[in-house]
Amino acid sequence: MPRLNPDNIELAKEILGRYPRPKSALIPLLHLAQEQDGWVTDDAMEHLAELVGCTPAEVLGTCSFYEMFKREPVGPYLVNICHGISCHLLGADELLEHAEQSLGVKTGGTTADGKITLEEAECQAACTEAPCLQVNYRYRYKVANEAFDQLITDLRAGKLDDEIPPHGTLARRATRQHIPADRAAGPAAVDVNVEPVWLSRNADASEAKG
Amino acid sequence: MTDTAPARDEVSTVTVTVNGTAIEAAKGELVIDAAERNGVYIPRFCYHHRMKPVGMCRMCLVEIDTGRGPALQPSCMIECTDGMSVETESPVSKKAQDGVLEFLLVNHPLDCPVCDKGGECPLQDQTMSYGPGESRFIEEKRHLEKPIPISQTVFLDRERCILCDRCTRFAKDVAGDPFIHFQDRGNDSQVNTFPDHPFASYFSGNTVQICPVGALTAKPFRFKARPWDLDQVESTCTSCSVGCRVVIDSSRDEVLRYSGVDSDPVNWSWLCDKGRFDFEYVNDDGRLTEPLLRTDAGQDLAPAKWSYALKTAATAIKGGLDRSGPAGVGIIGGARLANEDAYAWAKLAKGVIGTDNVDAQLDDGLPAAFVLGLPRATIDEVCAPGGTVVVYAPDIKEELPVLFLRLRHAAVEDGVKIIELAATDTGLTPLADSSLRVRPGEAADVVAALFGSGTAPEGVDPTAFFHARTLLAGGARVTAVIGRPSLAESADVAVAAAHRLLELVPSVTFLPALRRANVFGALDMGLAPGILPGRVTLDEGRAHVASGWSLATKELPTETGLDTRGILEAAANGKLDTLVLLGADPLADFPDRDLAERALTGVRTLIAVDLFLNESNRKADIVLPAAGYATTEGTTTNLEGRVTTLGQKITAPGTARADWIIAADLAGHLGGDLGVESVAQLQDEISRVAPSHAGLAAALADPANRDGVVVPVPAGPPQPPEHAVEGNPADPSHRGAAEGAPAEPVLLADGEVPGERLEHELGPDPAPATVTLPAPPSVAAPVRDAYAHRLVVTRKLYDHGTLVQHSPAIAALAAPSSPLRLNPADLDRLGIASGDRVRVTSERGSLAIDVVADSGVPKNVAALVLDQAGGAAGQLLTAGSLVTDIRVETQS
Ligand code: SF4
Ligand code: SF4
Ligand code: FES
Ligand code: FES
Repeated sequence: MPRLNPDNIELAKEILGRYPRPKSALIPLLHLAQEQDGWVTDDAMEHLAELVGCTPAEVLGTCSFYEMFKREPVGPYLVNICHGISCHLLGADELLEHAEQSLGVKTGGTTADGKITLEEAECQAACTEAPCLQVNYRYRYKVANEAFDQLITDLRAGKLDDEIPPHGTLARRATRQHIPADRAAGPAAVDVNVEPVWLSRNADASEAKG
Repeated sequence: MTDTAPARDEVSTVTVTVNGTAIEAAKGELVIDAAERNGVYIPRFCYHHRMKPVGMCRMCLVEIDTGRGPALQPSCMIECTDGMSVETESPVSKKAQDGVLEFLLVNHPLDCPVCDKGGECPLQDQTMSYGPGESRFIEEKRHLEKPIPISQTVFLDRERCILCDRCTRFAKDVAGDPFIHFQDRGNDSQVNTFPDHPFASYFSGNTVQICPVGALTAKPFRFKARPWDLDQVESTCTSCSVGCRVVIDSSRDEVLRYSGVDSDPVNWSWLCDKGRFDFEYVNDDGRLTEPLLRTDAGQDLAPAKWSYALKTAATAIKGGLDRSGPAGVGIIGGARLANEDAYAWAKLAKGVIGTDNVDAQLDDGLPAAFVLGLPRATIDEVCAPGGTVVVYAPDIKEELPVLFLRLRHAAVEDGVKIIELAATDTGLTPLADSSLRVRPGEAADVVAALFGSGTAPEGVDPTAFFHARTLLAGGARVTAVIGRPSLAESADVAVAAAHRLLELVPSVTFLPALRRANVFGALDMGLAPGILPGRVTLDEGRAHVASGWSLATKELPTETGLDTRGILEAAANGKLDTLVLLGADPLADFPDRDLAERALTGVRTLIAVDLFLNESNRKADIVLPAAGYATTEGTTTNLEGRVTTLGQKITAPGTARADWIIAADLAGHLGGDLGVESVAQLQDEISRVAPSHAGLAAALADPANRDGVVVPVPAGPPQPPEHAVEGNPADPSHRGAAEGAPAEPVLLADGEVPGERLEHELGPDPAPATVTLPAPPSVAAPVRDAYAHRLVVTRKLYDHGTLVQHSPAIAALAAPSSPLRLNPADLDRLGIASGDRVRVTSERGSLAIDVVADSGVPKNVAALVLDQAGGAAGQLLTAGSLVTDIRVETQS
């Protein structure tokens, strides 16, 4: 199971440099690990423990608190079918049953070709569009069985690659993980109360305007 | 934590009303503590008075009114404020307790009948006392794999866990080993380790003791006994010289468990895993149960009757005396013994046999006169907030583990600054504010530079050096921990360093760090050359001790005898007739194995007194079985000089006898009379004869002194020490548990006051002055040639010593072998890869050994762990040399 690759180690160092305490960088680093492999491997967690200076058990404690960090392999497409109350009333159960049958897996499982992982989810805040689902957290609304099958066919054929990158890929990697020097606040000393950089920057901006 | 609001430190009291009664509480005191101090016990699971509160379990909810009306609040999180009113038994508080317990039991399996904790379980007890009696939950409980091993010694049953965060807080905050952590979330929350990363902490057993349910259990105790079948007695751990207070639990004449007792000046209820789990050796089948005798050279040791064995031993000693006089007899060892045993043996050696060739240390510590003459500090003094501690000692985490916990707390929570002088990284290094790499042999120079005005000595990192200077510039009170950091370095180096420190900081006090069990008691009792019982020298104390022993002064040795190295050298050269190994295994423990081998072969008669056969005493002519730990009462002395009581709980194996009885028997067979018949009488005599121990018996008998008495006993009425109070009778870490089983009354059954006897029995003879610090040795480390590595030899907690190896739960934790550790840059320079086998040559010998890279070892230094199982260290060291240089070469 892989640790972070050399490129990501560089990125990890950049991310670490943004925090006054290395341990504070744990969440963005876990995202980085998940982006690299599609899920967070044990080796990656051990590597992160080395990078932030804590024990692997502590990394696991943080990682396992968050549902969206996967600690088992998932396919490049993670399909979450909502079973909140609205979706439930409008056929989510039937959709889920159809999905299980057409994919040949139970909820939580990954298809034989390793491409699709099926999960149930709580309300996804699109109740007016029930029943709905997400593929790698991208919505599909009012999904009928046929639309579901079409979606799966398209995913497998790579037709949606532009819209739906593989599981773990951060939406705005460039802005989330790389912060340009002029936008970075820089780590403040932990025990000193200094005015946050963004505050003074905003003040400067409004002065310039006004 | 130190720089929190200064208001906390102001001593002031507030008045709080608890259940209608006004009580005084310290400002900042937690409600749960203030109530308990005043006899109102508030139930709790997560709160432990030695750890920071977290408010995790909600069991301690009580109605608290601070003027805005009563509201339920966790009393473990709320500090007392003036005028506060607390109701712990109101209907609302009761309902909260009901509710919390019902909730905690939602997922609890209630498998009390098969649970080790049943009978001493806070969850069980508090459910009975405070719970609703029934549950409204009918849903399925959660199911998880029944106990999973989280380490070699600890099992975790996650179904039973109530997620109180005690074990995890202990691991992180107290031990600094956060290898267990909460994982997952909500209903799936659980304590666990990272896959394949066990809870490998030297302190893991403490989590078993503080777990308020049966979730954590210790392998050696699982399914062994029911708590109500256990007998308890309070005692002291003698597995190292920290002297942690313990409760010994036994059943059917077998020791089953030790638990830590909350002794405020020493161990705060914690134990290390070696101390906790090595009770197994006490019951081990391999214990010696009868005397063994070798009738003819070349024959095996065979069982013999005591009377015959003693007579044979006495005849041998007498023969030796006839042939070579008292100087022909030597005694090595005694650190395993209780104070009374050590005293009896000292009396036998110096008063009856007349030899001063007696040494409780195996050339692995510091000279007795130096240790006894040092201005001493207690653990509390070293750990007092605001101080600075200079450490030149063995790896404290490995050798004196609970002292490490105290120092860790001092550094992390109380702002104590640690300046470590060490040849390599140690377990203490991460806690040190400044850790200076000092080349073996050069400690005194570094001390001189650090406390004087020089620049950083060669080889010492200037940044760390000047940082240490800055720390010292603050003028904080300085204490020191002084010991022998490496067996490859002569004790003179540490002694010279301590002298330098004393010159430059005259107010400094020292905590001596010798590791062996009761080595301090043995030295105090005179098991060292030139020393008589009571910290007096042979010359100063001769008249006083002789009169105490009813001897003529000329019957005591006239000249200072040999230390262990001298004794072994004499034996090797055929100058020693009889050698007694008093619980010593020189082949394993004496740094110079070659000398030890020649000595055991060269001596005419070898007599051993021990618990087990070991490599050395297998060569003996006479082996006498000693009764050992938990079989006799007595006292022991820790590194502070604190004397505490030892409890008796079981009978000795077979016909094994207490060490003091063996000494008395031998004296009888030698035509002398030790004049001792019981431990109490010995204690009485020690209080009379040993100047540093005057008044000890009376002081120890005072129940206020159950945490022990630091000798010399201060004049005036002893101050009762502060006792942590916690009333949960099910938790042996609290005083409450031990209350039911007080240590057996010590001393003076007839109610005599030793002070009075001191006067009339000793007459006009004034007590002699105790040992003063001898003059410093001169040390000049030889120049290391550019191709050599200077050797450092240290010890690990788990080793191949007899006691660990007879304790199955921890025996396997000793590393099978120890490689030579070198700096990666040195390996590169030599063209050797980590893991290669190399040839190592010292002045003493040459051998092949694996080498590994270790960046904690500085360049030009080589590090090795002493491995009693015939390992490398003993083959490379020459007794008495100041430092040891080795050559490392690829094997051709
Ligand atoms: S295992 Fe025991 S000590 Fe640890 S959280 Fe669970 S109940 Fe508390
Ligand atoms: S630190 Fe020493 S005295 Fe304390 S439990 Fe461990 S071995 Fe025993
Ligand atoms: S119930 Fe499905 S999105 Fe809200
Ligand atoms: S004891 Fe107060 S919340 Fe647990």
